[in-house]
Formats: sequence, structure tokens, C-alpha cells
Amino acid sequence: MTEPAQDSYQDGNALAGPLREIFAVDVTAAAGQCVHCGLTGPVASLRVYGPAPGLVARCPACDEVVLRLVRGPESVWLDLRGTVSLRIPLPARGVPDGSEADTT
Amino acid sequence: MGFVSRGFRGRPRDEGVKLPPGQYLVHDFPVLSAGPTPRIPLDRWEFAIDTEDGRTHRWSWQELMALPSETPTVDLHCVTKWSKLGTAWKGVSLDTLFADVESSAEYALVYSYGGYTTNLPVEDLLDGKAWIVYQFDGEELAAAHGGPARLLVPHLYLWKSAKWVQGIRLLNEDWPGFWETAGYHNYGDPWREQRYQGD
Ligand SMILES: [Zn+2]
Repeated sequence: MTEPAQDSYQDGNALAGPLREIFAVDVTAAAGQCVHCGLTGPVASLRVYGPAPGLVARCPACDEVVLRLVRGPESVWLDLRGTVSLRIPLPARGVPDGSEADTT
Repeated sequence: MGFVSRGFRGRPRDEGVKLPPGQYLVHDFPVLSAGPTPRIPLDRWEFAIDTEDGRTHRWSWQELMALPSETPTVDLHCVTKWSKLGTAWKGVSLDTLFADVESSAEYALVYSYGGYTTNLPVEDLLDGKAWIVYQFDGEELAAAHGGPARLLVPHLYLWKSAKWVQGIRLLNEDWPGFWETAGYHNYGDPWREQRYQGD
């Protein structure tokens, strides 16, 4: 890496603490898709810039903003406009087998 | 940048210094960034003021250097709670850059190389309150601190002093910028501790 020190960023695991405050699951394990280039990958693989209160998570492929999180004393602002969707893994649960979920 | 940290003790000016609420004093110059540091070659650098009726005033690097410069010494207050006193800059007053700009717009959206934006009222850019600066402490402004040139609006929190400034768009309606759309205060007066929306 020849990038200068001022470009230093952390990986997306730096989001684990702040996101754990607002979600019941570990969102860094979720797979997100970048709005800008379509890359899909774990939130933990994003590049996280800036110390609190403002965190900016950028796509490792295109450098565009995927997620922003601002922690105020009484509120958290979460901006996901750079994210197409998050696929969040959950513990296995009974999946409807069709016989009881007839919606036709 | 050649700045030697003097540590937290031993400077007489620390005694009795009045800081905005919630701030603490630093003597180094912390770097905050929301993304990769853009590198702009001076022969491709350009600064623009875009008026609300679609006219654009442009300055090349040579044209900026040819304008009368000022050397403001100002205090900086960052929303991450550090303050740095008596910083010495060199640059061009926005009064000089706005001299031939015809506009009645009340709002400005500052935009930067790399995509950053921040908004503020036009009146906060005028009357000796703001500069496009290209030297810090007698040396050319390092890229980490916003070089080749950044906006300096020291009476507001430092996120308003956009690094790597590229232009100012004049608008009839307020258009919140990068942090202002994500919970930061729309105006950001450190003396009123306007850090977040609702403060
Ligand atoms: Zn991307």
C-alpha cells in the first residue's frame, strides 16, 4: 500500500458498536449492496472514515458512500441511501411449508 | 507542515482562555475526513462561483494567486470537541472573489473535489468572515488539511470550512450539505453549541 497515512480508515467492524446500539442483530455480518456500483459484500468490508460523531462507510470497490451514521447525545442518524438492501442473517426459524401459508 | 506539538501544558495562553462550551484545547492539528484525500494538480485546479441564474465565475490557480491576499489568524473549533487557537493562514477573502458576482441569493452550497458539500448563508461568507486559503503556518496547505485550497469560515464549526474546495453554488433556497443531511446542525455556531439538529 502506498496510500498516505491521512487516507487511513478502519474496516466495517468499526460499525459494530454503534449499530448494536440500534439493531437487535449484528449488522456488520449483513450483506449489503452498493447503490453506485452494485457490489455486494458484508458491512464489515466497508471502509469507515472519521471519528465520531460522524462515521462514513464507503464501498471498497468504488469509494462512494454506502452508509452514514451520526451519534448525537440523544439520537442516532442512520443514512442508508447508498445501500440497495441489507441481507441480514437470522437464526433458522420454521419456514412456512405452503400448506399453512396459502395466499392464493 | 512542520508543526511541533507543544503538549497540553506550558503555554501561558492556555490559562484563562475562553473556549466555546464543551470544547477542549489542542496544540496539534487533528485530521478528520469523510473519505479518501483527493489530489488535484494545480494546472487542473479551478474554483468557481455559480450564481442562482446560471452564470459561473471561474478562477484558475494562477488567477487565484494573482488576487490580493490576506493573512488571517483565527481560532478553529471542531464538532469533535477540539479547539485550536491562533492558527495562521494565507488566502483570498471571499469579499474579493464576490466583488464582481451579481447575486441576490441568500444561501450557499459549498462543494469540494471528492464530493463533499456543506451549506451556509451567503452573509456568513462576506464582510471579512471567510477566505479561500492556500497556506497554513507559512507553508503550502497540505492535502490532509484540504490543500491545495480550502474554505476557512472560522466562526462556524470546522466542518463548514470545506477542504479541497471546488466552488460555491448560490441558491434561493437552503440546500443542506453532506453532514447537514445526516444529523449535524444546519448552521453550526460553536458558541451556541449547535452540533446536532435540534441543538
Ligand atoms: Zn460501490
